[in-house]
Parts: sequence; C-alpha cells; structure tokens
Amino acid sequence: MEQHTNSGPEIIYDKAGNPHEVVDYNDDYTGAKLGFWFFLFTELLLFGGMFLVFSFYFYRFPENFVEASSTLNIVLGGTNTFILLVSTYFMGMSLINLKNGEISKARLKIIITILLSIAFLTVKYFEWMAEIHHGIYPDSDILNAKESGIILYFGLYFTMTGLHGVHIIIGIALMIWILILMSGKKVTPTNYVVLENVALYWDLVHLVWVFLFPLFYIIGLGK
Amino acid sequence: MTRKTFYDETHTVFGHHENKLFQWIFSIDHKRIAFLYMIVMFAFFVVALGVALSMRLELFFPGEQLLTPDQFNQAFTLHGVIMVFLFIIPGIPAIFGNFLLPLLIGAKDVSFPRLNLFSWWLFLAGAIIAIVSLFVGDGFADTGWTFYAPYSVNTNTNVLMALTAAYILGMASILTGLNFVVTIHRLRAPGMDFFKMPLFVWGLYSTAWIQVLATPVVGITLILVIIEKTIGIGIFDPSKGGDPILYEHLFWIYSHPAVYLMILPAFGVVSEIVPTFCRRTIFGYRAIAISSAMISIIGYLVWGHHLFSSGMSEWAKVVFSFLTFFVSIPTGIKFFDWIATMYKGSIVMATPMLWVVGTIVTFAIGGLTGVVLATLGITIHLHDTYYVVAHFHYAMLGGVIFMMFAAMHYWFPKFFGKMYNETKAKFAFWTIFIGFNLLWFPMFIAGALGMPRRYFDYLPEFTIYHQISGVGAFVIIFGMLYMGYNLYKAISNGEPCGRNPWNATTLEWQIDSPPLLENFVNTPYIDFEPYDYKDGKPVHDLYDEIHKGR
Repeated sequence: MEQHTNSGPEIIYDKAGNPHEVVDYNDDYTGAKLGFWFFLFTELLLFGGMFLVFSFYFYRFPENFVEASSTLNIVLGGTNTFILLVSTYFMGMSLINLKNGEISKARLKIIITILLSIAFLTVKYFEWMAEIHHGIYPDSDILNAKESGIILYFGLYFTMTGLHGVHIIIGIALMIWILILMSGKKVTPTNYVVLENVALYWDLVHLVWVFLFPLFYIIGLGK
Repeated sequence: MTRKTFYDETHTVFGHHENKLFQWIFSIDHKRIAFLYMIVMFAFFVVALGVALSMRLELFFPGEQLLTPDQFNQAFTLHGVIMVFLFIIPGIPAIFGNFLLPLLIGAKDVSFPRLNLFSWWLFLAGAIIAIVSLFVGDGFADTGWTFYAPYSVNTNTNVLMALTAAYILGMASILTGLNFVVTIHRLRAPGMDFFKMPLFVWGLYSTAWIQVLATPVVGITLILVIIEKTIGIGIFDPSKGGDPILYEHLFWIYSHPAVYLMILPAFGVVSEIVPTFCRRTIFGYRAIAISSAMISIIGYLVWGHHLFSSGMSEWAKVVFSFLTFFVSIPTGIKFFDWIATMYKGSIVMATPMLWVVGTIVTFAIGGLTGVVLATLGITIHLHDTYYVVAHFHYAMLGGVIFMMFAAMHYWFPKFFGKMYNETKAKFAFWTIFIGFNLLWFPMFIAGALGMPRRYFDYLPEFTIYHQISGVGAFVIIFGMLYMGYNLYKAISNGEPCGRNPWNATTLEWQIDSPPLLENFVNTPYIDFEPYDYKDGKPVHDLYDEIHKGR
C-alpha cells in the first residue's frame, strides 16, 4: 500500500531529474487562503446586488432619500462606525500576536473584538427601536402613507443594515469558534490560517459598513 | 494481492463508522460524493419526467383532462424548478466533475473534501424543502421557475419554501464552484500547466467561475423576494414605488449565465469524447479552451434578451441583441473544431460517440433557433410561445442532458470497471433521439403559428402538434427508462473491461477502474498534451509509474 508518512511533502522528479513538490491537499495554506478570497468575492456580490438596488432607487428618488436620511441619528451611526473601526484593529492585532506566539494576548484581543461587536449590535438595536417607536418599519401604516421614495429608503435601510447585522452575528459566532479551536490547540502560532481568514471576513463586514454609513446617514447631512 | 478500491474503504468526516450507509453519507471522498449526488439527482429527474408527462397528457386533447388550470401552473413550476435547480445546473459538475476532476489533473482529492460533502448536504436540504412544500399549505409555487414579481409576492402558494430551497441549492452550487476553482489552481500534478489540462477541466473551470460570480446575485434577489413577501419592504411592489422589472434584471443577471453554466461542462464532455473515438488529437485545443472562457465572459452581458418585451430602451435592446449574436461565435468555434477533429479521422461509432454526434445535430438546432430569438423584430412575435419552449429544450435536453448521457456511457467503465451492453445502449440512443425530435420539433411550428407557452388549454387547430408531441413524449420516456435499465443491469452483470476500454489518453484511464481511495499511488509528472495519439494508440501510458511500489 501507499507509503505515506508525515515526514515531509511528496516529491516527484521529471525526466531531467528535477524535483517537484506535490501539494498536500490536506494541508495547503495557499489553497485555504485562495478559497476564502473566493468566498469573500461571493459576499461582495451578495452585497453588491443590494447596493445596485439602492443606487437604482436613489437615482430615481433622490429628494425622498435625502429627506428620509436626515431623520436618522448620525451620531449613533458615527459611533458604530468608530466601534467597528476599532474592532478591526483588535482583530488584526490578535492575528499578529498569534503569529508571534503570544497566545493569551491573541485570545484577549479576540474577546475585546467580540465585546465591541456586541456594543455595535446594541447601538443598532436602539436605533431600530427608535424608528419602530415612531411607527416607521416596513409595511407600517405610517410609513405606507409617506411618499414612495421614503418607503423604499426605509425598506432598504432595514434590509441592508439587517443583513449586515446578520453578518456581525455570524462573525461573533466565528470568533467564539476560534477561541474554542485555540483552547484545543487546533489554531496555533504555526497553523493560523483559520484566524487569518476570519480576520479577512471581519474586514469585509467592516468595509460593507463603511459604505452603508455614508449611503444611509451622510446623504441627509445638513438637510 | 486483492486491490482495495474506493468502494471498499473511505475517509469519513467523523472518523470510522461500522454502518455502511454512514460510510457513504459522511464520506469525504470525491468519488463517493459524486455517487451521492447521482442518486439524489436521478430520483428527482424521474419525478420531473413524471410531471412533464402529466402535462403532455393534459395537452393531448383541447380542454381540461387530467389537471386543473391551477395544478397545471404548479406542474410546470415544479418541472422547471427540479430540472433547472436540482438537475441541470448541478448535473455534470456535481456528478462527473466531482468524480473526474481530481483524476483528470492527477490529484488525490479536491482542495476542500469536507466542504464538498457539506455542499451535498446543503443540496439535499434544499431538495427536501422543495419536496416538503408540495405537501403543505396551498401546494407548490405556481409562478414558473423564474418567480417573477409581483405575482410571486402576491400568490398564496408556497413560494417562500421554493425560494428558500432555490437559495440553499445556490449556496451548494457556489461552494462546489469555489472548491473546483481552488482545486484546479492548486492541485494539478506537477508539470501540468493550464494548456496541458484536459478540456473537460477547462469546461469545469469556466463553469466554476460562473457559479462563484453569478450565483450570489440570484441569491440576494431571492432573499429580497423573501423579505418583500414576509415584511413588505416594497422594492418590487409598484404601489410603493418599487419596480418589478428590476426583479427581472436581477434574476436574469444570474440566470442567463446559468445557461452557460449548464452547457460549458457539457461541451467539455464532448471535447473528451471526440478525440478518443477519432483516435487523434483534438483540432484547435487552445481555441476550444479559450472559447469556454469567452462564453462565460460574454454570457454575463446578454441577460437583457429575456426582457425584450418587458420594457427596455431601444438602445439597450440593440446592444443586448448584438451581444447575444456574438456569444454564438465562440460556440461555433467549438463546433467547427469538433467537426474538424472528426474529418478524416477513423471514427469508432461506440455509444458515447453516437450520443455526441446526435447531440451536435440537436444542439445546433437549439443554438441556431436562439439566434433567431435574439433578433429584435422576430422575438416580439415569438416571445412566450412554444417556439421558445422548443428552443430551450433543444438546447437543454438535446444539448446538456444528451451530453450527460454521453458522459454516463463514456465513463461508466471508469465508475464500475464493467461494460454495458453496446447493442442495447445504441437502441436506447435511437429511441430517445427519435422520440426527442418527435416531441419538440412540432413545437417550433406551433409556436411560430402562435401557440403560447404555459397554457393548459389551446385552440383546436393546434391539436395535431400537441398529439405528435404527446406520442414523442412516450417514446423518449420509454427510451430513457430502457437506457437506465441497461446501465443498471451492467453494474452487476456487465463484462469486466479492464482499465482503458476506449484506448483513451487522459490521466483517469491510466489508473485502475474503479479507482483506488486516493486515486494515485504516485503522483505522475505531466510534460505532454492531453490527447497524444500515434497510429491509433495513446502515446503515453504512466500506469507502471503511477502504481510503482504498491
């Protein structure tokens, strides 16, 4: 049978006798990174479809969108932008710590990131609740009585920030999973690709918000 | 020494299982996963055939026979959803791609074996949701497989479950595509550069890119309909300022590339079979490889031709019409290359080759009628008629599914190490081929005369076309059952045929049939092109090198 040991990669030789390494499909750092980048690409297209819908209706109802946007609380939105920005810093630092072998520091920074994400969701919750208390939520009588552009703006607002919120929740779950993997020595200073990929995911989630914030909050500034 | 194949031993995701069933449904071996897909998909294929036959029976005479008008709407939706989302889109990549991709490039498995199994489980979950929605509430969706808003938002049938099912199936498709792209980039045997890959791999590569790039768009579109239906955000609802045409655009941005996603792996299958049975290298290897990529790129930019009669500016129509014509050029290149390969070759008319030659005829009809439909003036007359139905069945059934049948006959000996009965297989081909043309060709005429699609009733003057079609439907279904029976019998009773019964050149035939668990004992070094023949024999045989030291 096959003489496969973990002593090193399989090496084969061409006709001229030059050695070539065979990629081990069970342990392929580059493959794992490449696959995750493709996944991020699909996420980008998922949000891209939403941004396309947003731009289409923004183009059709610019006045309504600006008017509706001016009713949002830009301070809370700005705070959330800041919170996410800081959280990506801690996420990145935890990866650097892990690569340097400082496992407890890395773990602490992941926990800080989780707490910041929970803070983000809390602020988001109060924002949504404020709208809902004013009777503004999809298909409410108050909202349906307003102009088309305003209905669509809030429809998109709840959909897009909601979808983004779902991604934050998935991110929290992934970070908890990483903490478990680190305790079980599955993620280590030499085998960190899972943390690296989650950090990439977190950057995407943060970047999406960086575009959501101006589109929903800043367009109504000064109105 | 007895040889242990992948049937005898496997890797599973949760360690070792005593139970044989668990050893299959938790297996992360790409060959077993291919079989898992095959079983589920063919079960659904039979269901969808039954639904189609019931529609043909309903239409055998004018007036109401078998199905009520509402049931008829549900029947064509069910037929479309199963055939598109559960059979043709995953079809060749999930079965033949999974089984053969690692074998063709000299790899031991795909890049992410666990993700591969997870994709199958997602696929199964989506399939189960689709089936459950048949039996609860008001029954299966009656919107057509395209789920056009605003009707899909307003109808009371189970659109939500159908959408959820389609979304989950889309995720499975994305993950498979992602897996294949990474596998092709990372796991090719040393020395095999992109232009030494077999052409089926090129087809899978282009397909996988479409899966990764286009499916998320339909994913978000389906989610938007789900949100619209549950909480009423208004984006597809004209009474709130929304625009139903926007749905059509978003839907077809994915679903037109999906058409090429169906056909490209099928073209790849043809490019494997033609050189093997002509005993010579393929004509224009690079042209075929690059035309696959061209089709997938241009295929992105033609979605608007589904909306010619929905309301669109004249300029946009001209551009979409031009691009649609243009996509037939890389397709034509492939056809000429295959025919040039056959020209003056010593063709062996074995069953797979017979299927390919038959498909070249039927797909040419399907493709060229597509060019007719892309013409701006004519399309207004033919839109939503039986002409369109006949066109896409010639392309999908007469193209993709026929080539899938070709692949089944070509790689059957690889799967099982046995050979089916050749005479019976040829008889099945002729039955299906004749039944197929009897079934669909009259629809071109009926459509041109004005028979609209998706109607459960028709004017008496169309009776003759429907009756010819009805007879054809029985012939083709008999043929398919006979073909299935012939192949099924061969699994247990077929003659053992050795590892390379076709004298093929590609890597999968240079290892044992059926393959070992990790395919290659030693990874070969590939410094030659995939279809090298000399005097009708393959030039390279690496069997001894691959199995050295076993």
